[in-house]
Amino acid sequence: MPTSLELAGQLREKFGDLISEPLEFRGEITVTVANPERIAEVCQHAKTALGFDLLIDLSSVDNYGDDPRWTVVYELSGLGHGQHVRLKTSVSEERSELPTVSQVWRTADWHEREAYDMMGIRFSGHPDLRRILMWDGYPYYPLRKDFPLAGKPTLLPDTAFTQTAPLEGGPFVTLPGGKDSAAREPRVRTPEE
Amino acid sequence: MSPAVIGGKTTTEFGYNSKIEGEVVHTTVDAALNWFRKNSLWPMPMGLACCGIELMAVGASRFDISRFGSEVMRFSPRQSDVMIVAGTVTYKMALAVRRIYEQMVEPKWVIAMGACASTGGMYRSYAVLQGVDNIIPVDVYVAGCPPRPEALLDALIRLQNKVAHEPITRDLKRDVAPDKYGRMGLELGAQGEVLQRKS
Repeated sequence: MPTSLELAGQLREKFGDLISEPLEFRGEITVTVANPERIAEVCQHAKTALGFDLLIDLSSVDNYGDDPRWTVVYELSGLGHGQHVRLKTSVSEERSELPTVSQVWRTADWHEREAYDMMGIRFSGHPDLRRILMWDGYPYYPLRKDFPLAGKPTLLPDTAFTQTAPLEGGPFVTLPGGKDSAAREPRVRTPEE
Repeated sequence: MSPAVIGGKTTTEFGYNSKIEGEVVHTTVDAALNWFRKNSLWPMPMGLACCGIELMAVGASRFDISRFGSEVMRFSPRQSDVMIVAGTVTYKMALAVRRIYEQMVEPKWVIAMGACASTGGMYRSYAVLQGVDNIIPVDVYVAGCPPRPEALLDALIRLQNKVAHEPITRDLKRDVAPDKYGRMGLELGAQGEVLQRKS
């Protein structure tokens, strides 16, 4: 049975500099794919040649203020060898588009729709790229860092509407590892604290 | 019913004595109609989140909402009297809730069950309506997250008391349907679409 590290090495042998050196953290292997345009090709190889027949999750990260802004994360697993490898690839805000992997794993269909709905990253070649949580026609991408937690008012006749939620001084922030319970409980905290 | 003697006075538990009054009951139209209504409030179970589980518990044998004549959970709004909004109302669901409320026939009442349905609860976010009273009128609010089944039964009893004192005959003379409901004041068109709000 190959280990995660060996499987990541095999991926690097096949694609060369496109795949970064495997990074190990707490027993988990992460590799970065340099060019997001080739992610579907890498995933197809990982599935057919390396036995990664299960896409556990596909998620997106907003590195607000940095460039490239988006990071798309693929959690790969194989039922045959039971190993797990994480693929990461970065997409610039201007591009905001990368190839779909829904032809590789069908489960990616809804994951990519969620990433599109919440973050506004488009997946080219996706069979049905519609919003999945918010309604069709909602004008914002609410998981972006620059979207306020309380929301923005919308009024779409025929479909839905939103109003800004009263936060009562919030958002409420916890301090992990605070010295007493008052510090650890969710409280209104200004950024300077 | 035979008269009971309590403290030297003769009393009857009920106002109706078949030996004296025969087959005739004297009452007012309001009291009679309200009595009919309040003892068979059929719920429209709008179970949207975890409060829906407590709502099911209320319907089951341990708490047994049928003691109050409300065991007939109607999944058709046409046959319901009271909508029990049990759970988090998201904006995506809000207009469906509103539309089902519109489809219920008069007279109709609403119980907002739990913190989310009453105020949005802990969900101060872009996705959650901050209280179902923004779109439909609420008669009874139930606190809790989720409320105990007894709390919902208490709300039902309070609603029965409210129904028992409604001036029906006076209401029948006027158009009871308000032109718009809720604090948000949204108006729906004939197809259930949202019309632009009059500000």
